[in-house]
Amino acid sequence: MSADKTVIRFAGFLLALLLCASFIPQWGLFMLTIVLANGLVVLGCLLFLRAGLVSFGQALYFCFGAYTTGLAANFLNVTDVFLLLLMSAVTSGIMAWLLGVLLSKYRAIFFGLLSMAFSMILYGLLAKTESLGSTDGFNVPAVTILGYEPSSESVRVSILAVAALLALLAVSFGQAFLKSPMGLLLTAIRDNEIRVEYMGASAQKTIHTIYVIGGVFAGLAGSIVAVSVGHIDPTMAVWTTSGEFVFITIMGGIGSVIAPFLGALAFGIIHTVAFSESPNTWQLVLGTALIGIIYILPDGLWSLLSRLRGDKK
Amino acid sequence: MSAPILNVKDLNKSFGAVTAAHDISVAIQPGTCTGLIGTNGAGKTTFVNMITGYLKPDTGSIEFNGQNITKMTPRDISRIGVTRSFQIPQLYASMTTLENLEMGFGVLALMRNKRGLFVGSDKPVPGYGNQTIRQLAEEAMERFGLSAFRDQVTRTLPGGTRKLIDIAMAMATKPKVLLLDEPTSGVSSEEKFDIMDMVMRVVKADGTTVLFVEHDMEIVSQHADRVLAFYDGTIIVDEPPESALKNELVLQYIVGNTQALSTTGQNDA
Repeated sequence: MSADKTVIRFAGFLLALLLCASFIPQWGLFMLTIVLANGLVVLGCLLFLRAGLVSFGQALYFCFGAYTTGLAANFLNVTDVFLLLLMSAVTSGIMAWLLGVLLSKYRAIFFGLLSMAFSMILYGLLAKTESLGSTDGFNVPAVTILGYEPSSESVRVSILAVAALLALLAVSFGQAFLKSPMGLLLTAIRDNEIRVEYMGASAQKTIHTIYVIGGVFAGLAGSIVAVSVGHIDPTMAVWTTSGEFVFITIMGGIGSVIAPFLGALAFGIIHTVAFSESPNTWQLVLGTALIGIIYILPDGLWSLLSRLRGDKK
Repeated sequence: MSAPILNVKDLNKSFGAVTAAHDISVAIQPGTCTGLIGTNGAGKTTFVNMITGYLKPDTGSIEFNGQNITKMTPRDISRIGVTRSFQIPQLYASMTTLENLEMGFGVLALMRNKRGLFVGSDKPVPGYGNQTIRQLAEEAMERFGLSAFRDQVTRTLPGGTRKLIDIAMAMATKPKVLLLDEPTSGVSSEEKFDIMDMVMRVVKADGTTVLFVEHDMEIVSQHADRVLAFYDGTIIVDEPPESALKNELVLQYIVGNTQALSTTGQNDA
């Protein structure tokens, strides 16, 4: 499948979703917004996994992006969602760049656990900061979209539209990146880092680059979730949140830039249904579903679509 | 005589009590083909590792075209034009032959183009006219006789083919100096002459300076125009192959031992 086709099909799916939005209940629109936000974070995790790395710390940037949006909206009176998104992307990107200087030197379990340690530091700091609501967090005021103030009826679909636009831009970027030499290098790094270095390429620089990209994606997702939920708290940085992103990455697979969104959709549906049907044991249902997917589709849900389409790989 | 392309001075390297290189000094002229011979543990691979930045010498210096590369990383040394192949081929095992070579030329495109982040395999590589990454990879496969293995995942290929891909990937960086670490080890005796003929044809056509580690003296005599014989971390003989391979020191310390080793199928450590 060519790059354009993947992006065009994803755009078509999002457009169809928005056109059908009036038939989707409010809770469904909310769930889909969270699905797109999760997909955005997982797109970053996909880049890491292509390079053979698993981050248990993407919640750091997810939370950092959300708090940037919350703080800017509360203390700087910024209301435009695009400006808030930009601010979250920049702060998360800078944070990822700084931590990436260190993390890009580590591989395997060390990379995963070090990234988790940083996210837990942020969680600890936020949970102990009374001025930011400690463990209770704080509310995020209503936002505007390029001057348009959505009504209470249209706010869900408006934020979903913004999330869809972001997801589309991220998928377009991700697709172009993965087809570029630097994107192809990710698999090369996973396969043989010695050869990468002797080809004259820098594995560390490449990992640093994707770490920043992953941080920006997670920061954007955190911002979207903050304006969508209207409330943020430190649990956004806790390691189980990062675990959910890894969970979705494995569910969706890493075969395509669309896979994270497919995984996030499956996760969202299973999570929502399991939580409403069995509120005390929903994790059990989710875990069983993941085991089933790994057993039947070890390359993730995306591989099912590839198989149905008759792809060779 | 022109200025040496590679100038090694007083190189020393020890691993604990073991001396792997002792006061090695040698100058390599551009466009030449030098055979490195010696028994296992004589210091040949350590010499190759030090020149290509994999190991740092304890003392001494290495200059490439007058530039001191002693403390440079393998990546930076490769970028300026000195690269290598490996005893055990270092390939991207999950990728096909084509993808391995595209990766090589893709990196080249990335380095030569500041906007290379988004150079697709259908885009020209700077400095190669209108040739794209794909075309360069196809051409490399043809030159090394790898076209039949184009779409096969490299982990499934036989040893000799993997060796050729390893060397083709090293050549994709367009090196001025290529170091081949036992290019025919682990390859059947019928295959190894074909492999060396093919490799030498390509590297000589490109004017690449070659240093190769080899245990088979027939291959050394066929392809080298200079022989460096290593023993116990030092160069004991530095002569053209016609005289080097008849040198008493070589006959005493290397040839007998190498023949004994080749019959047991052992490789250099």
